[in-house]
Amino acid sequence: MDIATLIDSPSELTDSAGSKTAIVLMTRVRLARNLDRRSFPGWANEQDKAAILETCRAAVASAPAMRRGLNVALADLSDLERQILVERHLISRELSGAKSGAGLVVSRDQAVAVMINEEDHLRIQVLRSGLQLKRAWNTINDLDSNLEERLDFAYSPTLGYLTACPTNLGTAMRASAMMHLPALVIAGQMEKVVRAVNQLGMVVRGLFGEGSDASGSIFQISNQTTLGEAEEEIIKRLGSVLQSIIDHEVNAREKLIESDAGKLFDKIGRAYGILQNSHMLSSSEAMNLLSLVRLGADLGVFPAEQRSIIDRLLIEAQPGHLQHAQRGECDPSQRDLLRAARLRTEFANFGRPEFSPSRNGNN
Amino acid sequence: MANPLKCDLCSKPATVHLTQIVNNKVHKIDLCEACAQAKGVTDPSGFSLADLLLKASLNPEAATTGVRCEQCGFTQTDFKKHGRFGCPACYETFKGILEPMLDNMHKGTVHTGKVPQRALERKSLYDRLTKLEVDLSDAIKSERYEDAARCRDEINQVKQSVATKPSR
Ligand SMILES: [Zn+2]
Ligand SMILES: [Zn+2]
Repeated sequence: MDIATLIDSPSELTDSAGSKTAIVLMTRVRLARNLDRRSFPGWANEQDKAAILETCRAAVASAPAMRRGLNVALADLSDLERQILVERHLISRELSGAKSGAGLVVSRDQAVAVMINEEDHLRIQVLRSGLQLKRAWNTINDLDSNLEERLDFAYSPTLGYLTACPTNLGTAMRASAMMHLPALVIAGQMEKVVRAVNQLGMVVRGLFGEGSDASGSIFQISNQTTLGEAEEEIIKRLGSVLQSIIDHEVNAREKLIESDAGKLFDKIGRAYGILQNSHMLSSSEAMNLLSLVRLGADLGVFPAEQRSIIDRLLIEAQPGHLQHAQRGECDPSQRDLLRAARLRTEFANFGRPEFSPSRNGNN
Repeated sequence: MANPLKCDLCSKPATVHLTQIVNNKVHKIDLCEACAQAKGVTDPSGFSLADLLLKASLNPEAATTGVRCEQCGFTQTDFKKHGRFGCPACYETFKGILEPMLDNMHKGTVHTGKVPQRALERKSLYDRLTKLEVDLSDAIKSERYEDAARCRDEINQVKQSVATKPSR
């Protein structure tokens, strides 16, 4: 598979069949692995990195889960291609900026991606749409065991998997879910949630990781600690934290409808109107509008099956995807025009809203 | 203010103050405007302190100078600068400075999760092989030919079992 084919293929996240869960958009599990006796990527010289890249690419590409997938050196990709990979959550921003020695192997369905020579020699990740923590863990555990047959991982019986940064030691696993929490944001309860989640040893971040703002009311919740707890325990604990956040979001939605349905429906209706009629839309405005329409689909204002269209647009309305669709790079204001045009087209055929109280409720 | 807080990363006056609770322990960090910006602390709620805490906990005065990782040449100063290690062997080299930090950073200090069984088996075979080769040359040097023959047999055995396992 080459990069052009990958970009034109539907991904796990944009595949409408998978997108059944309200509130949790996607689940991700990541493992960091390093080769024994080799310097970590941040310290290795160019020659070492090239050798590590070659070893890892060959080993990963031959794993059954990765067969006939994409196998590239980052140096061979254009800026636009890298950006699309970031927007699909297949590579980190850090890796997209790597000049040499970095590589990527992606499975055909784009559910599994292995970054090579990011902060660690291997960053293995599995993406699943909706809430599927256990399934994601099983997939990544199998792939990891398979890789272990061919690669000697740096491991200490007491400290577990050895990673470049001591904050990833132990299981070297980050499990996370991307959650859509518009009602908690509207009700001003996010700060409280963040504090409670922190207290439970989990971290809340904006959409693209540390530092980004939480546009579109989309948040990433993940485990903070990796040492002293087995993988299954971490997954279980995260799962119960996620469930409790889901419950809070559902409650907040119910309360908003009870106390101020008019205001909530006004927000959703206006978002729909803008998406149908605007001619200039920035990336963050589009995110926020799509977020409101997504909430509408969850509340029965729009047919629930249309949520998958919105989930696809949340990815495709981003700069890299827009420019790719246009077959060329363009400046931000041109992108805003393109984005609005794209969304107008999509929303011309979107089911009309129905604000009748009978259809209200959470799914 | 008589005694303004200093930035934990660069010692300039701190203007951003963050608190995070891990394992019921409160971690505080104070940053100057520039470091906060550089670290992407635009929204304290969307930000993990672990990484910053790691750097802040590396006290420069406690540095035992001259310790250098035999495997990769990494020094304690390098760790202070990068907040990352140079290679897996660094964990053994810098055990002393790492151990007190782990408790703050993690839920426990001992790994209880997955064990890479196959890789460990291979590793112990390689270690055994290395030791046998040393024994062999010692035996030859001191003209203990019976021991030498025994080592050679064992080396062949180990080599065979290594060959039956897929190698690196
Ligand atoms: Zn500073
Ligand atoms: Zn080292």
